Order: sequence, then C-alpha cells, then structure tokens
Amino acid sequence: MSLSKKLRSAITEAMEHHGGPRAAMLESLRMIQQEHGWVCDAHLEEAAALLGVTTAEMEDVATFYSLIFRQPVGEKVILLCDGASCYLNGAEDVRDAVMKRLGIGFGQTTPDGKYTLINICCVGGCDHAPAGVIGRNRKLVGPLTPDTIDQILGEDAK
Amino acid sequence: MSAEQPLTGRARPDRRPHTLKEWRKLGGYDAVERGLKTMTPEEVLDTVAAANLNGRGGAGFPAATKWRFMPKPGDAPGDGPSYFIVNGDEMEPGAFKDRILLEAVPHQLIEGAILAAYATYSSEIIVLIRDAYRDAIANMTRAIAEAEKAGYLGKNVLGSGFDVKMWVHPSAGRYIVGEETALIEALEGKRAVPRKRPPFPAQSGLWGRPTTVNNVETVSCVSHIVGNGAQWFRALSRTEEGGTKVFGVSGRVNKPQIIEAPMGTTAAELIERAGGVSGTGVLRCFQPGGGASGFLEPAEADIPLDFGHVAKAGSMFGTGTMIVLDESACPVGVIARHIAFYARESCGWCTPCRDGLPWVAQIMARLERGEGRMEDLQVLRDTVEIAGPRGRTFCDLMGGAMSPLGTGLARFGDLFEAHVREGCCPIARDYGRAVA
Ligand SMILES: Cc1cc2nc3c(=O)[nH]c(=O)nc-3n(C[C@H](O)[C@H](O)[C@H](O)COP(=O)(O)O)c2cc1C
Ligand code: SF4
Ligand code: FES
Repeated sequence: MSLSKKLRSAITEAMEHHGGPRAAMLESLRMIQQEHGWVCDAHLEEAAALLGVTTAEMEDVATFYSLIFRQPVGEKVILLCDGASCYLNGAEDVRDAVMKRLGIGFGQTTPDGKYTLINICCVGGCDHAPAGVIGRNRKLVGPLTPDTIDQILGEDAK
Repeated sequence: MSAEQPLTGRARPDRRPHTLKEWRKLGGYDAVERGLKTMTPEEVLDTVAAANLNGRGGAGFPAATKWRFMPKPGDAPGDGPSYFIVNGDEMEPGAFKDRILLEAVPHQLIEGAILAAYATYSSEIIVLIRDAYRDAIANMTRAIAEAEKAGYLGKNVLGSGFDVKMWVHPSAGRYIVGEETALIEALEGKRAVPRKRPPFPAQSGLWGRPTTVNNVETVSCVSHIVGNGAQWFRALSRTEEGGTKVFGVSGRVNKPQIIEAPMGTTAAELIERAGGVSGTGVLRCFQPGGGASGFLEPAEADIPLDFGHVAKAGSMFGTGTMIVLDESACPVGVIARHIAFYARESCGWCTPCRDGLPWVAQIMARLERGEGRMEDLQVLRDTVEIAGPRGRTFCDLMGGAMSPLGTGLARFGDLFEAHVREGCCPIARDYGRAVA
C-alpha cells in the first residue's frame, strides 16, 4: 500500500509551508491519518523517505503524540472526556453506558470495525459536560447522558 | 450585558466567524493600521507595558516584560527570523476559553499577533492549535488567508516596511505540548519534552532563534490595547491587573459557561451568573483556574479574582476557568481524576513526575475504592512536599499536579481520613455517584 499522489505532493508542500522537513513530520502524519484513519508502517516509512528523515525519527514523533494512531481504528473514533468538569456531571455513567453498549473498553475497537473508544482530557467543552469529540472531524458532542448515547453512536457525525 | 466585553462582545452565539469584510465593519484592523503606521515597535511595547497585561496562559507573567527580552534586528546573533508563537493547545481540565476566541473571533487574534510580532521584531507567527479544535483550525486558517490577501500579512504590511508571515500548526495530542519549551520542540518535529532554561526562548527558541510564546487570550487583548490605549484597558479591570478576563465556570453549576468580565470579578458573582451551584445548591469548594490550581472554599468566594489576589489566598489564578464543587461532590474524587490526567499526559522525562504521578494515582484510586490505608496519606503528603515545589522537576506539570492534592490534603484532610476509616467515599455513600 503506497501513498496516493495527492498525499505525496501534500507532504512535499508541507515541507515548504512548515519550515523544513523536520517541521513537516507531524503534519505529514496527520494528513496520512486523515486519509487512512491511522498510520501504518509502510506509510510512515514512505513519508519519512519523502521528507528525508529516518524511519526512526518519524516513529519517534508518531509515538509521542497521543492522537496519531499507530494501529487500525474503527470507522468512527469516539473520544470521551474524562476531565473533572465532565466527571462532576456524570461522565462515568456515560462512559459505562457506552462501554456496555459497544462491549469494549478504552483503547479498543469493536469487532465489526465500526467504533474505537478512547478517553481524552478536557476537550474544551466543559459548558456541554459531559462531553466528547467524535469522528474524523472531531465534532464536539454533549451534554451526554446514558439515555442519549445514540447521539454519539448514530449517523449524524462521521 | 453588564460591562464592556472587548474580547467576546463581537463573537456570534453560534461562533460563526466574521469574514474580513464583516470584521472591518466592526472596526477590525483599525488598531493594526494605527500601530504599524503611527507607532514604533517600542511604542507598541510600552503601551502594552502601561496596560498591565498579564499572560492568560497560566502563570500571569507580564506580557511586555517577556517581549522586552526579544533582541532588536541586528542584535540577534546569526541569521534568520525571530518567531512569535500563539499557544492554542488548551487542554487544562476545566479550560474552554481559548476555544471560543479561536473559533468565533479569529481576526481579533490575527490583529493582536501582527502587533505583537511588530513589537517583538518577529517576522514569523505560528499558531499552534490542539487537534480536537478542528473548527478553530479551519477558521483560523481561513482568516489568515483573508488577511494575507488584504495585505495585513505578507511583505511590507500597509506600507510600513514590516514583513510578517503567519500560519497554523495543528498539534496531535498530549497536554505537555502546551508548555512553551515543549511546544517549541514540537514545532521542530520532535517529542515534546520541555527544554532546560536558560537559555530562555527569547535568547534561543524555535530553531535556535529568538522566540516569544503567548497564550491565545493574551494575544487577543493586544489590538484593543493599541486601539484604545493603556488607560482604557486598565480601567476595564477592578484591580491593578489590566483588562477583562475570559472566565469560565463549569462543574457543579446550573449553566456552565464562558463569562467575560472585569479582572477582579469574584467567584461568587461568576457562579451566580452561571445559574448558581447545582446539585445540593451549596458550595463546598472551587478551583479558581483549572485543574492545576489549588482549592479555595466558600469564605474565599468574595476575593477579587486576579493573579495577585488568588496567589495571596494560597491558590493560583491559572487559566481563570473555575471548577465548582457542591456539597455532594467529593474533592478526593476530583483530585483522583486530575492526578490520573497529569500522570497520563506527562512527558516522562523526570523521575518524580514519570514515576511519582502513577504512584499517587494508584493511591488515590485505592482511597476512592475504600481500600486506602492511613500510611497512604503520609505518602501523599511527602510527595507534595518533595516533588511539588517549583524547580524540583524540569517543568511545572508536576508542581501543577501537586497543587490540588496539596491544598486538598491541607483543607480536607479529615475527608481523606474518612475515606480510609469508613472504607468508602462518604460523600458518594450519602449522595450517590458523581452526577449533578
Ligand atoms: C504542563 C504545562 C502545560 C501548559 N499548557 C498551556 C496551554 O495549553 N496553553 C497556554 O497558553 N499555556 C500553557 N502553559 C503555559 C506556557 O508554558 C506558557 O507559560 C504560556 O503559553 C505563555 O503565555 P502567556 O504568558 O501569554 O500566559 C502550560 C504550562 C505547563 C507547565
Ligand atoms: S515535570 Fe513531568 S512533564 Fe515536566 S518535564 Fe518533568 S516529566 Fe516532563
Ligand atoms: S472537562 Fe470535559 S470538556 Fe472540559
């Protein structure tokens, strides 16, 4: 599996735009993930070669930032806030309800490949607590309740 | 609307940002014209100094003092640009103020950044925005393109001879990226481990060049100061520290929200404006400025909220976004969540933080489960004392993590002990699990 032409040229462009190959590493990983959902070894190596950095350097960056996924994720990634303001408004009941419904815990993907569930720190939606961000465009959802989790599992936000 | 709200007054309720044309109609970019056409960089800096603008990112350091460390062109060693960086990484628990400034009023931030770059002799502006703020990333990117097209960014801005570029760097997660030297490492394509200081960023920052990092809200104040004058800005405040503050009120309140109000507004007033305390309706305690600020109690709800007054009360004004706990909310539970967060988001560089925080997190979880031991409380106190003070670790993440724990132990020691003695969380037992 190799990178599309479009991605390859976007990576080359990022080098100029962000001030050099090193500075463009994270942006390249982000773009690959935006297109493919996660960053596989082959893509990481190819991007490193394009930028002229080593695979190890690329890996170094890829494994530090928590929202660069180095293993496959589901079609929809659900990031549930575990910050204090959400906790104070029942986030743990929502968490339990989502886990029960999907049959998975944090860091796991449903067997049908539809959902990945991850916990995340305060998503800046404390005025909608308990909140989460979902899908590739990180749409903010909340206030969530155990009865309305359909809202985050449903089709309204991919 | 009570008083003036320069930062959020023009934001639309649905946060749809203004086009450049709309923004111009609201007086946008007038301050940029004024600054670049009629003032020297030194005059812009002096105006900001006279306005008493303290950094809104957490530490409250005076913005102009930081700017004065930036070398004049020709004084910086070697070749290359100086950088002005806007910190939009906002991930502190309970902090949701920069989001609205980035999403709803991006042109305000661009204006401030242009003037700040001018005053710090910087020719490149980078706005780092966290991954989860996709609307912010999109809106900022679009607004920058408009400003560039209109000649507010680029070469020889408004014929002033000042050249400046601006772009957005989306980040990809981890709280520690928000620490300013870690952020610089991140921009250089490295793991975001904080740097040793000195040298300070103004001497050697991004790519070894002079660099200033300021918070989104700090930068958003600058055009207002330049446009309306230092005296006007100071008069917005009820205290010595200039301006309004974009406060946040969340946790156990009926209408959690962002409230822009004069610096020095009290917690009691803000809680009232946020619909009052929810749950039992009785305030137990609050953290005035995000997860890393120490607990204050009802008796302190009437102190003016600014960096000086809150520090004197033994806490930290931090981000100015308060977290409210009513009588049915357990501070031990809140501290446990905070510690788990700081443990997870640490960069792992220094031992007290990398190894100490998970240890503390385990103890907190044990206390909550009702399996805590009295010796655990001494371990917690020792950790606060040994690893908490500034300078014992490479950056302030550890100190920040210790401040709710330290103030929690000092103020609610009996509650910690009750968790051990009674073998459960007495508050959860009496009121049920943490739901408002
Ligand atoms: C662990 C840690 C995380 C931080 N995160 C942020 C952040 O997300 N946004 C921010 O503006 N400042 C953050 N800061 C503070 C920055 O280091 C820096 O002081 C600030 O951006 C300077 O801006 P100001 O002077 O305008 O406040 C953080 C500090 C620490 C120690
Ligand atoms: S205190 Fe923690 S986050 Fe800061 S440098 Fe040390 S290990 Fe990293
Ligand atoms: S604590 Fe959950 S969005 Fe802020």
